[in-house]
Amino acid sequence: MRRRILIGSGAIVAAVAAAALWLAWPDLLEPAEIEATPIDATPELVARGEYLARAGNCIGCHTRRGGEPYAGGRAVRTPFGDVFSSNLTPDEETGIGTWTSADFWRALHHGRSKDGRRLYPAFPYPSYTYVTREDSDAIFAYLMSLEPIRSPRIEPDLRFPYDLPLAVAVWRAMFFRPAAFEPDPARGAEWNRGAYLVEGLAHCKACHSPRGRLGAVDPDEAYAGGRIPGLGWDAPPLNPRGEMSDAEAADLARLLATGVSTRTAVTGPMAEVVFHSLQYLTKRDIDAIVAYVRTLPARSAAPERGPWLAPARLQSQMLAGARVYAEHCAECHGDDGEGKAYAYPPLAGNTLVTSPSPANAIRNVLLGGYPPSTAGNPRPYGMPPFAHRLNAADAAAVLTYVRNAWGNAAGPVTPEQIDRRD
Amino acid sequence: MRRADLRKDHAVLHRMQLLLPLCLLALFPSARADSTDEQTDGLEERLAPCAACHGEGGRSASEVYFPSLAGKPAGYLYAQLENYRAGRRRHTIMENLLAHLSEPYLKEIAAYYASQQPKWTPPRQARSDDELARGRELVEHGDADLGVPSCRACHGERLTGVAPYIPGLVGLRPEYLSAQLAAWRSGARRSAEPDCMAEIARRIDRDDLYAVTAWIASRPYPDDPRPAETQPRELPLECGIVR
Repeated sequence: MRRRILIGSGAIVAAVAAAALWLAWPDLLEPAEIEATPIDATPELVARGEYLARAGNCIGCHTRRGGEPYAGGRAVRTPFGDVFSSNLTPDEETGIGTWTSADFWRALHHGRSKDGRRLYPAFPYPSYTYVTREDSDAIFAYLMSLEPIRSPRIEPDLRFPYDLPLAVAVWRAMFFRPAAFEPDPARGAEWNRGAYLVEGLAHCKACHSPRGRLGAVDPDEAYAGGRIPGLGWDAPPLNPRGEMSDAEAADLARLLATGVSTRTAVTGPMAEVVFHSLQYLTKRDIDAIVAYVRTLPARSAAPERGPWLAPARLQSQMLAGARVYAEHCAECHGDDGEGKAYAYPPLAGNTLVTSPSPANAIRNVLLGGYPPSTAGNPRPYGMPPFAHRLNAADAAAVLTYVRNAWGNAAGPVTPEQIDRRD
Repeated sequence: MRRADLRKDHAVLHRMQLLLPLCLLALFPSARADSTDEQTDGLEERLAPCAACHGEGGRSASEVYFPSLAGKPAGYLYAQLENYRAGRRRHTIMENLLAHLSEPYLKEIAAYYASQQPKWTPPRQARSDDELARGRELVEHGDADLGVPSCRACHGERLTGVAPYIPGLVGLRPEYLSAQLAAWRSGARRSAEPDCMAEIARRIDRDDLYAVTAWIASRPYPDDPRPAETQPRELPLECGIVR
């Protein structure tokens, strides 16, 4: 009897110890002391840091609307609640004024704050962990050169049980290990530079991948596209459908650098990324990103089926849609959906139009939009909003039409989807 | 007419056709396309998203909640674009359209609408003479007890605004004017600090709000709707929009 109790309690102790070890595992991979390399903030280093901060689009999340750049406070909406970005200016009390380069590296690489707090992965450290120490130090030097701004931390507003400190620890144990970027010797320097940027600083994976129930990216599904939490926009798949031709690659490079190409234009959250980040990258880095993206393994995302419509109803939607199209759309997008390069994206053969989920297309029709002003396209043409000019039935009809005219083939859109914007 | 003459006429015409765009270019140097702008067509086409609600040239077809932009002072218009971007004014569509446009482009857009000819709007009848009298009193003299200056003190003697920052009030619908004042009172519309208009809107009550807007909307449209060039007196309140 006593032996059984002994064995039983021993097993419990062992299980608890194993669980504790598992929970602490990502933290144990952190060295006891990280060396704070002294930073000689030369103008060159600061400029390099600024460039890298651009590449990481730090400003995008770490700036509140109408607020000072990098002073934080922007809500990042997640399925688990809201977290708020932190103040990256060197204010001693509310920013990173008392941080060392080691503290900063610890945040990027290990996902832990100066005070040891485990950071919520809304801060994309599963990507930033690949940033080199050298680049981390340069970004730190740049941030320390900014004007300090007082902007206190805002506590996250998460639902139970995600608000428990244990929740982040469990998440990290399940999904996060600090890692270094390993160049692939079989590939050239350009590809490796692209891989380093895409996997690391540019954190493309954070939006362009589906996320599981706990908000983590399944490596097997990476870059297959996904719904951006809290925004309702879809990030399209990045992995190419088959071989990307050189012309398509050049077009993609133009799109990333200027926001427009002969085939499409960036809208929604990607307009923000081009506006704040990608337009500032060198041609070399843009080309490197494209070189890497075009080799991403093609993945067969489960075909999402649109709503089923009786053939007669589909037919009448197509007819109604053609009428709406002729009245409101053809003047810019052309009678055959051919568009006009750099001004009005073609709709025929446009994968953003025919994507399984019509969420982005619905948003573009209802809200309209401008691609970003960039050095390469300073005065963009734009799409008028139709929210007050088309009722749900007409908007559904015209979207069904453009998704199925001129050789396009995608699911129909119903008025209910227009109302849900989904 | 002989065939050769016809051909000659044609050639002259053709030459004139070639010259015409050049003359236009000389007249409007800013309309010239820059090196990256492959299409030479002008700003108007680029502003189709604005025209969808605010009308061609910023002359709104449905004045009530899509205000006309034509002829409003450029500094005021630009400040509103900034307000939407900074979250001081809220409108999903406006915010979405403006979010990623550059400062020079937004300034160009504001200047374009400021240069447009505004649209004549008919005066509107107020509900009662009492309302009109109170409205007129506030517009012309303000109310010292409430600490409210007259509208004219800032918006110009003829209420057509003062370039470049203070908008005119004439030609706007009473529904629009009262909606703006109410939005200022509730904080739904804000301007750069110190937000003088919010201050004033909070000092008047609901009846005064309607009286002021009813009287302004009852005024005949002025012959010259352009904003005044200079502010004759010092502003009664400090206003963040006036830089």
